[in-house]
Amino acid sequence: MEKADISGLPLRLEGDNVPMVSFKKVTKAYGDLVVLDALDLDVGQGEMVTIIGPSGSGKTTVLRMLMTLETINGGVIYVDGEPLTHMERGGKLVRADNRHLRKIRSKIGMCFQHFNLFPHMTALENCMEGPVHVLGLSRKEAQERSEELLALVGMADKRNQHPSRLSGGQQQRVAIARALAMRPKVMLFDEVTSALDPEVIGEVTNVIRQLVGEHNLTMLMVTHQMGFAKDISDRVCFFFGGRIEEQGTPEELFGNPQKERTQQFLSAVKEAT
Amino acid sequence: MSYLEFLSQYGDRIVSGTLITVALTVLAALLAMAIALAAGLMRMARNPAVRGVATVYIEIFRGTSLLVQLYWIFFVLPLFGISLEKFTAGFVAVGMNLGAYGAELVRGAIQSVPRGQWEAALALNMSPAKRMRRVILPQAILIMLPSWGNLLIELLKGTALVALISVTDLMFQVKQINGTTFMSAEAFGTALIIYYVLARFMITPFMRWLEGFMMRKMGRA
Amino acid sequence: MLDWRWDFTWEILPRLLAATGNTLLAAGIGYAIAVVLGLVLALAQRTPFKPLTIAVRESVEFIRSTPLVLQIFFVFYVGPQFGIRLSPWTAGMIAIGLHYAAYLSEVYRGGLESVPKGQWEAAKSLNLSMSRTYFRVILPQALPPSLAGMGNYLVGIFKDTPMLSVIGVAELMHTANAIGSETYRFLEPFTLVGIIFLLISLPTAALIRLFEAWTRRKLGLG
Repeated sequence: MEKADISGLPLRLEGDNVPMVSFKKVTKAYGDLVVLDALDLDVGQGEMVTIIGPSGSGKTTVLRMLMTLETINGGVIYVDGEPLTHMERGGKLVRADNRHLRKIRSKIGMCFQHFNLFPHMTALENCMEGPVHVLGLSRKEAQERSEELLALVGMADKRNQHPSRLSGGQQQRVAIARALAMRPKVMLFDEVTSALDPEVIGEVTNVIRQLVGEHNLTMLMVTHQMGFAKDISDRVCFFFGGRIEEQGTPEELFGNPQKERTQQFLSAVKEAT
Repeated sequence: MSYLEFLSQYGDRIVSGTLITVALTVLAALLAMAIALAAGLMRMARNPAVRGVATVYIEIFRGTSLLVQLYWIFFVLPLFGISLEKFTAGFVAVGMNLGAYGAELVRGAIQSVPRGQWEAALALNMSPAKRMRRVILPQAILIMLPSWGNLLIELLKGTALVALISVTDLMFQVKQINGTTFMSAEAFGTALIIYYVLARFMITPFMRWLEGFMMRKMGRA
Repeated sequence: MLDWRWDFTWEILPRLLAATGNTLLAAGIGYAIAVVLGLVLALAQRTPFKPLTIAVRESVEFIRSTPLVLQIFFVFYVGPQFGIRLSPWTAGMIAIGLHYAAYLSEVYRGGLESVPKGQWEAAKSLNLSMSRTYFRVILPQALPPSLAGMGNYLVGIFKDTPMLSVIGVAELMHTANAIGSETYRFLEPFTLVGIIFLLISLPTAALIRLFEAWTRRKLGLG
């Protein structure tokens, strides 16, 4: 698995219309369990792609690999045309070192199912941490940027609260502001509403809706909210067994699914809600 | 003198010392468990006097050193008319000391048995004693067993102090051997290894086994 | 039955109080060694270099499973066998410092492991550097859960200092023993030692609990 052939893959992606994110033959396995099986997936600049599928289908792994939280067993991931998981050495792609990872990673932001706010920092401090200590902004600049974003997610009045004082929906909105404060080109949303009480899901999905309208961000989202996925996505991918079973526009995928597994999954979800 | 010669010459004394250490550990452990159960339950009694006695006992034994307690029991208690032979004084001191720590484990474990279990036992109209014995304690034992593994290792280590009142345990023997041969690395090193083996290859596996046994008995495995 | 002698009590009290100073000093030095060395031992077990990790892990297990009093003898007597002569104080501080470093390393390890994995992931997603992640994100959260254990071992090291008397460190127990063998009176010195230990360890334990609560509040974790 380690030695999966990547020799045929380009050192970088060039030309018009280079996708923002590109998975090429990406494979991930834990021991014998193959989670992703030679995945090919392109996400265009500014595109909103939603990944749906049963649990264990590998959908969260896609985001986690893109954020470099998981190592990759085979293939290459490109971000903005440059390899993320690998780097060029003497005309060949070799495994990326920490410096390269840090450089490419700065283009990606992520929001987690359980928010993962730093509990000992206030909402504002959470947002300022990265801009000050990673991007090297002055505290003043970082604070202005953070306050602006907190206002965008409707959390300006809670900026001096610690996470323990905030509801789940409020914490998730702060987490979105925190990720945006790094000015990423790609935003990843990993089941951001799954840990929330039903009545606050709307406040988080509304923020994401707003981002689709206002920012030229590329977004990848894993969600169980089919209605939300249908409203907001440019494209929906249905994952099954570590592969993309079917993909298309929301109208195509939800309205007229071609594959049997997709139909089964969608009708099972419909019954549950 | 090579290490092998050292062992052949002093092996007997080291073995006899080890046996005394094991005997002390077993007796002290039994005493500690009995005290822990009694003091732990008393600590949760409704009667403030009963609770007070247990609290004072626990605080005194946890708040001072085992060595101080050992000397006090061995040198001072006779003045109150209670003379304990040194071997007895030794395991009593160790047992009473670790019993105080064990009492807190008992209390903690009983308190962490879910509230619903008390209520269910009450709903079956069990007497308080029966509730404790039939429903709560078995579950509490399972909760506290892992901590008792550590406590028993502390207890084994504690027995080494009784050498200071001349109980002829392992520690005492190697101290004597060191005094006559000055082969300190061999004498003390051997004892360190024996204590380590007793702790890691006797106590720990035994407690693991006991945990598994209790789990099966309670249908959790 | 009992003849507690107050005049004798007042006579020996100053000597015991002076020795209490030595006891506190020994506990303080030993603890300082343990706090620093313990962190080194804990971090050494997080390095990706497996042989080091395993060696440190096993050494910590060994130290925790064997009696401190034996370790004190070992350090004090084995040195001279190889031509290194250590004073009772030096040998005692090495032994007790190392013993409690092993315990504290476990406390730190528990504290570090109690920080949810998501915190590491969030730090990574913000591209924070390794040192920034440790010092600003992980350690502040690992500290409060470690404080209870650190406090317990501060009281623990204090209560274990009497063992230093076996190699002749003139702390409280050593002094009480000396008084006993000079005067053949054990009741007062040993009882006073017990009381002194209680008077120090009980309030200290209470203070540590307050400090712990205060730190949690201070870090906004309460």
